[in-house]
Amino acid sequence: MDRFVFLTLDGLSRGAVYAAFALALVLIWRAARIVNFAQGAMAVAAAYAAYSVSAATGSYWLGFAAALATGLLLGAVVDVAVMRFVDHRSPLNPVIVALGLVLLIQAVLGMVYGNEFRPAQTPFSRTAFTIGGVAALSPYDVFVFAAVGVVGAALAWIFTRTAVGLRMRAAAFAPDVSRLLGVNVGGMLTLGWALASGVGALAAMLVIPTELGLHPHAMDLVFVSAFTAAVVGGLDSPPGAIVGGLGVGLLLSHVSGFAGSDLVPLAVLVLLLAVLLVRPGGLFAPVTARRV
Amino acid sequence: MSGDGAAGDLLAVEGLVAGYGAAPVLHAVDLRVPAGAIVAVVGANGAGKTTLLRALSGLLRPTAGRILLDGEELRGTPVEQLVRRGMAHVPEGRGVIGELTVEENLRLGGLWRRDRADADRAREEVYELFEPLARRRRHLGHQLSGGERQMLALGRALVARPRLLLLDEPSLGLAPRVVAQTMALLRQLRDRTGLAVLLVEQNVRSALTVADQGVVMSLGRVVTTAPAARLRDDADLRHAYLGF
Amino acid sequence: MSATRVAAPAASRTAPEGPAGRWQVPTLVRHLGIAVAAALALVAVSYGLEPFRNFQLATVAAYLCATAGLTVLTGLNGQLSLGHGALMAVGAYTVALSQDAFAERGVTAGGTLVVSLLAAVLVTVAVGAVVGAAAARLRGPYLAGVTLAVAVVAPALTVTFAGVFNGEQGLAVPVAPPPEALGVYFPYERWQLWVAGSATLLCLVLLGNLVRSRYGRTFRAVRDDEVAARLAGIHVARTQVLAFVVSAAGAGLGGALLAVLAQSVSPGAFSLTLSLFLLMAVVIGGLGRLAGALWGAALLVALPDLTHTLTDLLTLSPAAAQRLEGNLPLAIFGITLIVVMIAAPGGVQGLLSRAVATLRARLPGRRS
Repeated sequence: MDRFVFLTLDGLSRGAVYAAFALALVLIWRAARIVNFAQGAMAVAAAYAAYSVSAATGSYWLGFAAALATGLLLGAVVDVAVMRFVDHRSPLNPVIVALGLVLLIQAVLGMVYGNEFRPAQTPFSRTAFTIGGVAALSPYDVFVFAAVGVVGAALAWIFTRTAVGLRMRAAAFAPDVSRLLGVNVGGMLTLGWALASGVGALAAMLVIPTELGLHPHAMDLVFVSAFTAAVVGGLDSPPGAIVGGLGVGLLLSHVSGFAGSDLVPLAVLVLLLAVLLVRPGGLFAPVTARRV
Repeated sequence: MSGDGAAGDLLAVEGLVAGYGAAPVLHAVDLRVPAGAIVAVVGANGAGKTTLLRALSGLLRPTAGRILLDGEELRGTPVEQLVRRGMAHVPEGRGVIGELTVEENLRLGGLWRRDRADADRAREEVYELFEPLARRRRHLGHQLSGGERQMLALGRALVARPRLLLLDEPSLGLAPRVVAQTMALLRQLRDRTGLAVLLVEQNVRSALTVADQGVVMSLGRVVTTAPAARLRDDADLRHAYLGF
Repeated sequence: MSATRVAAPAASRTAPEGPAGRWQVPTLVRHLGIAVAAALALVAVSYGLEPFRNFQLATVAAYLCATAGLTVLTGLNGQLSLGHGALMAVGAYTVALSQDAFAERGVTAGGTLVVSLLAAVLVTVAVGAVVGAAAARLRGPYLAGVTLAVAVVAPALTVTFAGVFNGEQGLAVPVAPPPEALGVYFPYERWQLWVAGSATLLCLVLLGNLVRSRYGRTFRAVRDDEVAARLAGIHVARTQVLAFVVSAAGAGLGGALLAVLAQSVSPGAFSLTLSLFLLMAVVIGGLGRLAGALWGAALLVALPDLTHTLTDLLTLSPAAAQRLEGNLPLAIFGITLIVVMIAAPGGVQGLLSRAVATLRARLPGRRS
């Protein structure tokens, strides 16, 4: 029973990270109708920026801030400098370009920092509290929940209550009509990319310290897990991404606990296949069709 | 009616050529909309009416010709800037954003304005004008009926307090009663606020009841321009150009 | 025209008539002819090149099997697979296990390699059928995501089942030396080139025939308009699976050849990056043109080689040199993918075709 509680809480903590990353994927899907396969690589780049800044200043939080800033900037740059020029009529083109970005970003990181694993700091302890003799959450887990919760709430507030958010939604749902209403659709798209990339950077900062360490391929499996989460929830649904993320986190945690961590990647693959074959639209697939 | 009078025209289109791909759809189109006038562009399917409006608002880039709004060249202006210059375009199918609420759709129409107070005032005026919209403020766009969407699309354009309104087939898919109401409303707005309207319609009869001027297009060219009354009443003209 | 047909019915009965009644060489014969010519050329070249170049050429041949298969799948059939590196791994590990089994039993007859290669192809085809069946209903980013998952997960399986696959260290592939009939001093690399080259040419002939056949047309039809294809009576799911299986065969053979050439196999050589490399090779070649697959395969081998030369020229510390050498090809591949997809989606072959077409149009008297 203790083990179950521990695995569940640990799973929710991982799940929160997957939820954040899945949210980033859903953001870009809704705005630009592409799955950003480069999201993981972009997030790792932001984490490396944090590493450099922390190493130079000795402060974790300055590095954290640098990661978020890098994420935002990188997202905007990728949209303006690369994605803007891709012919979106063929659905393969943006995917292939994103994969090219993956190769490029990971290679540049490898050239600058090397491919070894580097230790990643945590600002809080990862030792779990014990409540009544049962191992529960650690301070770090609480930090993860808080960070993801704050970011999620902030995004929800931005999109539903601000003028900018309204513009972004309108630009995503009906770009031509929005232009006629004076909305700078291109700018809104770039903003969407920036926000999504920032969230991805946050997810990387939260998850990498819990893994083997920082290296160019650190986010590959996270991407696959978060993609699975986004698909489970439905690519069009932000609440779905969160539920999907938590679900995937729980599943993987229990698989790891009861069957060994070796089987985790396989479990992700099986889950992804199962969802795509049974309910391709995801659990939260919206009913209304999208108008232009 | 054509030729001179450029000084008094709100919108002047000269020799407009536009199309998709190799062959142009519009061939040297000339058109004038005087301030405070309602001009109806009529013609069969494929005449290029929708293409004309898209070229005017910049969704389609013209390859030749001039578009002058109050004497200023409009060609090359980014689409987002049009509404700031006083031109509002309600596209074919009305363009109500189904995923947003009525309130959000209307807010969107006025977001570009710096004068927030006046934008809010304009929105309230729209609610007064279209009472059903006020009742269904929180409903999503796709939950509205055809007539209500018409009101929403019009209201959203009016929130920007435009000088010129481009309307693409407002009668499409609507009951005759609703169409009549819409046309009467356009006249009302013109009389009250001096709003100029460029109206594109397949439903010739209803368009000509409200218009001052009629422009007949066929296969991308302007075939004739005449006062609407003449097009309505002169049987020969009607037979020749409108087929009834 | 009808007179010609009536006059010589007996002679033209076995030869298929092309358009305008001209006698056309059957596709199979044409492809075999090209293959034989290429084989002869290859043999001649193999005597002139130094051993390392022979080895490189053999590696190009191995990659070519995989890129040709992927061209059929992604270019012709429109299914984007990011998992073909994993399929190459399946072929590679199968050949390793098979050769190992032969060696343990002391069987050293010359045909063992052929049997192992065949086994590799068959096993990969089986895996490809499973993945393809699962993927047949998926489109666009969903298909890409699933195949990406396969590519990321597959190397991890070598650790999960470490008993068979020996985890990170991998397996050795025992390969027999060249047959004695060729002479005692026959260079090993030349033998490698002959083996890889012949396997690849066979693979290309089969793929080439497939592309020109009814199946090739079916692949294209499904890619261009799935609904229309369905309405025309094409069984879409079966077509998708067939394309996947064919490409898996190519990948399996390619992976097996790589393992034979390197005489070892390990998960590190078959990571996600390899899948992305294959994709880049196909994209550069020009999605859908088999001739383009050759450009891509050549680039996969040439670029790391050039990078190595470059890092040798610059005097760098060993650590820095290793970083540069390991990553510069990846960076260039990445940039290439981006630039090609933006500027020239038809790839190198597309550019060439367009250039030829523009030249032809400019010839005097051809303007319409």
